[in-house]
Order: sequence, then C-alpha cells, then structure tokens
Amino acid sequence: MTALSDVSTHAMASARWRVSEVAFWALALACAFLFPSRYLIMTDIVRLGLFALSLDLILGYAGIVSLGHAAFFGVGAYSAGLLALHGIINEPVIALVAAGLVAALLGFLTSFLVIRGVDLTRLMVTLGIALLLEALAERFSNITGGTDGLQGIEMQPILGLFTFDMFGKTGFFYSLIVLFILFLLARRVVHSPFGLSLRAIRNNPLRAAAIGVPVNRRLIAVYTLAAFYAGIAGALFTQTTALASLDVFSFERSADLMLVLVIGGTGYLYGGLIGAVVFKMLQELFQSITPQYWLFWIGLVLVVIVLVGRARIHRWVLFVPNLIIRQFAGRKAAVAVPESDAS
Amino acid sequence: MASILTSLFDGVAYGMLLFVLACGLAVTLGLMNFVNLAHGAFAMAGGYICAVLVNNSGWPFFAGLPLAFVGSAVIGIALERTLYRHLYSRSHLDQVLFSIGLVFMSVAAVDYIMGSSRVFIKLPAALEGQIDLFGVGIGRYRLMIVVICGLLTLALQLILAKTRFGSRLRAAVDDPRAAIGLGINVPQVFAFTFAFGCGLAGLGGALSAEILGLDPYFPLKFMIYFLIVVTVGGSSSITGPFLASLLLGIADVAGKYYVPKLGPFVIYTVMIVILLWRPNGLFGRTAAR
Repeated sequence: MTALSDVSTHAMASARWRVSEVAFWALALACAFLFPSRYLIMTDIVRLGLFALSLDLILGYAGIVSLGHAAFFGVGAYSAGLLALHGIINEPVIALVAAGLVAALLGFLTSFLVIRGVDLTRLMVTLGIALLLEALAERFSNITGGTDGLQGIEMQPILGLFTFDMFGKTGFFYSLIVLFILFLLARRVVHSPFGLSLRAIRNNPLRAAAIGVPVNRRLIAVYTLAAFYAGIAGALFTQTTALASLDVFSFERSADLMLVLVIGGTGYLYGGLIGAVVFKMLQELFQSITPQYWLFWIGLVLVVIVLVGRARIHRWVLFVPNLIIRQFAGRKAAVAVPESDAS
Repeated sequence: MASILTSLFDGVAYGMLLFVLACGLAVTLGLMNFVNLAHGAFAMAGGYICAVLVNNSGWPFFAGLPLAFVGSAVIGIALERTLYRHLYSRSHLDQVLFSIGLVFMSVAAVDYIMGSSRVFIKLPAALEGQIDLFGVGIGRYRLMIVVICGLLTLALQLILAKTRFGSRLRAAVDDPRAAIGLGINVPQVFAFTFAFGCGLAGLGGALSAEILGLDPYFPLKFMIYFLIVVTVGGSSSITGPFLASLLLGIADVAGKYYVPKLGPFVIYTVMIVILLWRPNGLFGRTAAR
C-alpha cells in the first residue's frame, strides 16, 4: 500500500506544472504579438512541433523507432484536403478531428505490424508503410491529384466565425490553440499510470511484462494515439496552406522529423516543440547561405549531434533556460532535464 | 515466351547487381548489429569515381571498375576508422540518425561537385546491343553483369567457406563475444570486411549507372532496396541475401513489365508480409538480433 502511494505521490509531483512550462507557453503566445509579419513561418513551426510531439509519444515514451511517421501526416493531410475539396465536412475543426481519426484508424491497423519484431524490423515496416502509401497516392492520382497534389481547396471559416486570412494570422492562432489542447492531453496521458507503464516498457519490455503490464496493448494504444496526433498535424498543414501533395509522405519528412526531435530531446514533451523552433531557424539560416545545398548542413548537424552525444547537447540547449529558472526560483527549483538524466 | 525469358534474365541481372550492392550491408548489420542507412552513399561514390575516370580522364571502362572498388573501399575504411567505430555500442536510434546525416551530406556534396543531373558512363562498343541466344534476346551489358556478379558471388562464397579469414568472420557473426574470447580480433575483421563491403558497393554502383541510373539521390532512392535485401535475406550466410536479391530483382522487373500501374506497391507489400511472417528474414536468424 505504501509502495502504491509512493508511486502516486511521485507521479503527481512530476505532473505538477512548473514555472518554466508556464513561461514557455507565455513566450509562445507572446511571439504571436511580437512578430506579426512572420505568421507563416511560425505556423510552420507550430505544425512541425505538433508532428514532433506525436513522434515523441512513441519514440520518447514507448521506445519505438519509426522511419515512416510521415505516413500518418500524409493520411491526415489528404483526408483534410479531400473533406474540404468535396465539401463533405466544411467546418475545419470537425474536419481536423475527422482527419485525425482516419490517421488513428490507420495507426491502429498498422500497429499490429509494428509491435512485432525488434528495432530493425520496425524501421523497415514503418518505412515500408510510408513508401506504400506514397506509391498508392501516386497510383490513385484521380483521387489524390498525383504529383500535382490536391488543388483548389477552399477552407471555410473556423467555427463559422474566423476566416483564414492571407497573412496567416487566423491560421497561426488556430494551429497554436490546437497544439496547446493536444499538448495538454499528451501531458495528461504521459503523467498518468498509463504513461508510467509506457516508460517501463521503453526501459525494459521483459520486466514490464513480468510485473503485469500488458506490453502489446499499451504499445498499440500509444501508437494509435501518436498516429492521431500526426494526422492532426497533417490536417493542419492542409488547412493552413490549402495544399496537399505527394511529398507529405516523403522519407525526408520522416527523417527531418527525427532530427527535430533529436535536437530538442525525447521523453519530456517539450523536446519536439523546442526542436521545431531550432530546426526551422537552422533551415532558414542554411537556406539563406546556400539555397541549393542546405541538405548538407542539416546532415552535418545530425552527424555532429550523434557524435557529440544527444544527452550532452540537450544539457547545452537547456543550459540557458535552466540558468534563468534558477535565477528566478532559487537553486532548488525544478529544471528541465534531458531524457538520460530523467526517469 | 522469349519476352518472358528476356525479362527473367533482366531480373536476374538486376538481382545480382543488387546483391553486389547490398552484401556489404549484410555484414555490417549481421556482424556489428549496426544499422547503416548510408551504404548507398558508398555505391554512389564508386559510380561517380568510375564516371569521372572513364568520361573525363579517358580510362577504359574495365579499368574504371577496379578503381571504383578501391576508391569506395578507401573511403569506407577512412570513415570506419574515424566515425563509424565510435557508434557500434550506441543505440539503433543514434546509428540511424548518424547514417541519415551521412546520406544527406553525401547527396548535397555530390550535387555540389557533380551537378544534379543523371550521369552516364561511356561504355565500350562491345557491351552495347543484344545477342541472340536460342531465340532469346539478351543485352550484352546485362550478360556481363551476370558474369561479373556471378563470379564475385562464387568468390565470396569460397572465401567465406574455405579461408581462415572466412571462418573468423563467420565465427564473429555467429557470436562476437565468444569469438573475441577465442582470440579473434573482431574489430579488425570487421574493419576489413566493412571496407570490402564498401568496395563491392562501389563496384556495384559503377556497374549500375547504366541500369539503375546514377544521380545524387541514388543513396536515398535505393536505400530501401538494400535494406530489403538484408532484412529479407538475413545475414547469417551470403546465400540468404543472394536469394533475396534475385527474388527482389525478378519481382521488380516483372512488376515493371507486366503491372506497371502498381509500381513499387508489390515489392513493399511483399517485404512487409515477409517481415511479419519471419521477422528475422526468410533465411536468417541473426539479422535482427
């Protein structure tokens, strides 16, 4: 009984909102007012952050390495596009949820394939599924528009009230609110007993099974949830850009996503969001230096990150924020820690 | 009938080419349990080395091939000694990220140096056109590929089965810890094999310029094919990857001839089904340890 209450006290303590988290979201909101001319890129960052959050759920919490997460992004993007194009669901929020559910369904069905086997098999299967969907989208070009993509998507006002404007202001606030709601949900999930059992599985599936955690059922559940998130991210992409083309399934998208998450760090939910900001800024920087060859620098960043060690990089990334937190809340304040030091 | 045989032959040539390209990866995965997604980059390096030598410096094609092998092997051993060996004990995630980074760098670097368009290697006149064997049209170039790759496969099999180095390598693949305990220098065996595998990939890259097409995106486009060969074939012997390559080559060519609309759909489906049915590969047991 005491052990149980210990666990719940520990879980509740780690689930408490910290100063740094409040500051993070206040900063995100402040950006909306500080940079009114950069809505498009900020929307891009929010979307990427949501997508990375989705990967963090399976990679950071359940330890599933996926090279084909773009599959769900793409399915969400095309679902939202088709729903809007054919006027099936005109209201963007409902369409968003519907697109997420379609992706979740796909996630549920493919999760049975993914939970089998070990890392390498999972890599291959996830990669294979994304490639398969890309090939399908190309094959059924009468539905998907083939290489031209879906064209002529017109988005209706959100909730019938807010129209998408050409500066992307509505789109940005819409994306930010969606991200925040889904983040709250993810935060609730990972701090629940369910989330704790996921971490147990990540650290050692065999032991987790031995103490009575239904490993496969948990993995299926979290994979489906992550697919839902990725689908929503994809749907946001289509809704805010009025565009859906074959490259939503591309391998580069999945690979970039890994980089985003790795820059920010896995297993504490903010990694994807921080990573998205850094990644987009890096991309802008490299593209302004060498428009054609920025892929080289992205690759170099990946190699350097791995060689230096992910945990060390995260300590550097979090150094400044933690310094500020300590300044304001005293030495013993709870600070953000990378995955290797946490848990 | 003749056209079926022709396409079967094309499939076999394609499959053998895939085997030469991918068999180095089988060793990396099987021996060091290292997920090297950048294997295609070595093949691309070989292809470009050969292209530069033959097209720009006027070397004969058959002199360019060994140089492609040597060049890729040298690049391979240099990278193995400087970068790869730090990552053997890391998680698969780190290895995947690292090798994707290498792929991105190689793609952009080759794009920068050689331009983004497809490169062709000038072939000697003797290799062009078709010959007629019992009424079946066979491309001379493909025939040469089958001969070269067939000989290479035989040689590899002999090295693995008969030589002392081969038995060391097999021991190391089977159980690296026990092999170290027996006094086998596993890192050295591995470094040598890695270089050799890169060399083979480079040779394959040079040979494949004509058939698969050589451009800066080669490592990304064919990454999945190499991985399929290794995961489906397993890595406990070279027979597994060999048969898997042939299967993949024949299925891909047949798919393109007879059901062009389905595209690569068939291959990916077959791969997923096989991996579900036998997660460790059709013929292997150590591929996915």
